[in-house]
Amino acid sequence: MQFGLSEEQILLQDNVNRFLDDNSPLDRVRAYADGGADADIWTGLAELGIPALLIPEAHGGIGLQPLDAAIVAECLGSHIAPTPFLGSAVMAPTALVASGGDHGELLADIAAGTMRIGIAFGEAIKRRNDAGVSVKDGRMSGTSMYAFDAEADAYLVADEHQHIYLVRTDDPGLTRSDLATVDKTRRTVELNYENVAAELVSADPTVFEASIDIGRMALAADTLGAAQNMLDQAVEYAKQREQFNRPIGSFQAVKHMCAEMAAQLEPCRSMVWFAGHALAELPDEARVTACHTKAHLAEVGQFIAKTSTEVHGGMGFTDLVGLHYWFKRIGANRQWLGAPEFVREEAAVLQGI
Amino acid sequence: MDLSFGPEYDDFRADVVSFLANNADKAPKGNDLRGEAAKDWQKLLIENGYTCRTIPKEYGGYGAQPDIIKSRIIAEEFSSARINAGLGGQGISMLVPTLLEMGTQEQKEQFIRPTIHGEMLWCQGYSEPGAGSDLASLTTSAVLDGDEWVVNGQKIWTSTAHIADWIFCLVRSEPDAPKHKGISFLLFDMKTPGIEVRPLVDMTGVANFNETFFTDVRLPKHQIVGERGEGWQVANAILGHERETLAPANTAQTRINALIELMKQETVNGDPLINNPVYRDRLMKLQGKVMAMRFNELRILSARLNPGQDPGMARMITKLEGTELRHDLEGLAIDVMGEMGLAYDDNPHLRNSGSWQREYMYFLGLIIGGGTSQIQKNIISERGLGMPREPKFEKAS
Ligand SMILES: Cc1cc2nc3c(=O)[nH]c(=O)nc-3n(C[C@H](O)[C@H](O)[C@H](O)COP(=O)(O)OP(=O)(O)OC[C@H]3O[C@@H](n4cnc5c(N)ncnc54)[C@H](O)[C@@H]3O)c2cc1C
Repeated sequence: MQFGLSEEQILLQDNVNRFLDDNSPLDRVRAYADGGADADIWTGLAELGIPALLIPEAHGGIGLQPLDAAIVAECLGSHIAPTPFLGSAVMAPTALVASGGDHGELLADIAAGTMRIGIAFGEAIKRRNDAGVSVKDGRMSGTSMYAFDAEADAYLVADEHQHIYLVRTDDPGLTRSDLATVDKTRRTVELNYENVAAELVSADPTVFEASIDIGRMALAADTLGAAQNMLDQAVEYAKQREQFNRPIGSFQAVKHMCAEMAAQLEPCRSMVWFAGHALAELPDEARVTACHTKAHLAEVGQFIAKTSTEVHGGMGFTDLVGLHYWFKRIGANRQWLGAPEFVREEAAVLQGI
Repeated sequence: MDLSFGPEYDDFRADVVSFLANNADKAPKGNDLRGEAAKDWQKLLIENGYTCRTIPKEYGGYGAQPDIIKSRIIAEEFSSARINAGLGGQGISMLVPTLLEMGTQEQKEQFIRPTIHGEMLWCQGYSEPGAGSDLASLTTSAVLDGDEWVVNGQKIWTSTAHIADWIFCLVRSEPDAPKHKGISFLLFDMKTPGIEVRPLVDMTGVANFNETFFTDVRLPKHQIVGERGEGWQVANAILGHERETLAPANTAQTRINALIELMKQETVNGDPLINNPVYRDRLMKLQGKVMAMRFNELRILSARLNPGQDPGMARMITKLEGTELRHDLEGLAIDVMGEMGLAYDDNPHLRNSGSWQREYMYFLGLIIGGGTSQIQKNIISERGLGMPREPKFEKAS
């Protein structure tokens, strides 16, 4: 038995982290948050093979596994990097491959990093207010809210029957408008469809589920990375900052905040690894594990986002150290692809509870 | 136990209710500290005794005898009608009570009227880069040169310094005295030469607080409240009061009601969120806590009326519990809206003008500001529960 990352996986982690250290430092993230582009980061990651990660070798991909995607997601979360990873590299390839359809060309373009595919599944998970789409004779109308990413060339859109369609952004019937959120490290959009050409990718709910499951796992991994980074920053700050003639880290109150964060986060790492492993190898456990991992990381992430901010005192509330970018990313991951209460309910239903 | 305020107060309440019904359209929306509408509204409220009620007429107030119950009724009615209850800000909530208690006659005459009428906006210069929780270690210096104080140093987190007319400021005037005895409380004009204000953006995205730098700032000797070296006591006389007012239960009640409305309107898969048992339970749990905090406040109020009652602990926990409660309450609104709850800035689908996200973050700020939650717990355990104090560390060098 060996529960841990392989040498290749550690190498992958090191490579991605090193690239992001150089190419997505906080200043770079700020430039994106202020309205800049993320294309250069994505191009660089494409050179490392990141968009090709889950795409079979036959289509120009590398053919790696969900756990490898989790490793990359954790690195991206740690660096709060602006990229279309979740849609383009994780959820879209998973859906396209699982559909069994002939998407070779599309997959090859995604693998090369030249085609970005976004995801508009919100309404298939929980339909809010008036949003929702309908398709008739290959034509889509309606609205998707909070689709990601904002610069995609095409979107996979799911309707309430969990049928997945491909729509292209150059279709004249599709309008895309920015939906500003607190999280400035990634952008979401509203998509309005008026008689838009919609190519059916899959009418099989298990395809939708496969894509959602791995998406949830990747979001959990992103939160894991972001939360670990916040904890590390808090510990570092507590060692440096002095009040009452001593480092604040020497106050038991501060030590306990940090220890509690560490204690809650550490099992999350194992949980994310297992969730990745289960998606590839343990079909009976994969879905429930993905749900729990998503929801549990949402809770632990929220606790760490708040507590590590508190450790920083007033500094944590300002833009000076940029801690709030992590806080908000963790907050967004909590709501994307199902808020914790709904995801836990799914976990119960899946077990027949 | 007698919870009625008495029949004379029913008439008073009726007056407040009819004032609100007749004048609601004049009330400004939002929290603008400077706008003309806000100033006019403030004037009307003072004339009717609905704000600055007990401030003497000679200083521009309404001049009523203190009557805590009337103040309470006013607060309740304005809050339940969700109508602007008049100007706030640190000048009105902190400096004016300080001056009334400890200011000279000239200071009261010079400052109180323009402050309460919104013509003089103040900022509070306490925290420094090296003096946050350990405020008493502050190092901004004030040296007497003839008839003038000369101030040098830096403040940080100074809310509204970029728009303030004046500052009330803690400085070290007696460098050789013990740390708590060497501080003075000075007042000066923000237009005095030598002041530089650099705004700091906070996590909500606005630049409401600042770094404030002083280089040879000169002010007349008499612009001091209390005596030299008494600044710590002057500041502390009202710090406790500030802590009680940061997260009042009335506002929490208003927010709970707004949240109930939101959950009735927002739907998921066609069903109003209020019907979801899990969210419903979280909502009721918070409503219960708000209720407990409201009655906690009522007990504090009662203790002010009945000298025999001791509200010590009830008061001590209000900042800790009140700010955490609001953070949780705003967080529930975000959760129930799911991805919609992330909406911010110019998002066309904002609910309640984006206040849920803004307040969620702002109350994390208030969990930190005005004495952090950890410091509150130190105070509760040491002063409230009589537990042994942490050993003090001497300066290293
Ligand atoms: C929204 C906001 C508005 C503000 N407005 C103003 C203003 O207008 N004017 C002004 O002067 N100041 C203002 N402040 C400053 C505020 O008072 C300080 O931020 C606060 O007192 C904490 O100080 P600090 O930021 O230096 O944190 P630190 O004191 O450095 O605290 C860092 C961490 O150490 C912990 N810690 C420190 N000492 C102890 C201890 N003895 N025991 C246990 N834990 C400890 C703290 O709890 C915290 O978690 C504002 C702050 C905020 C967030």
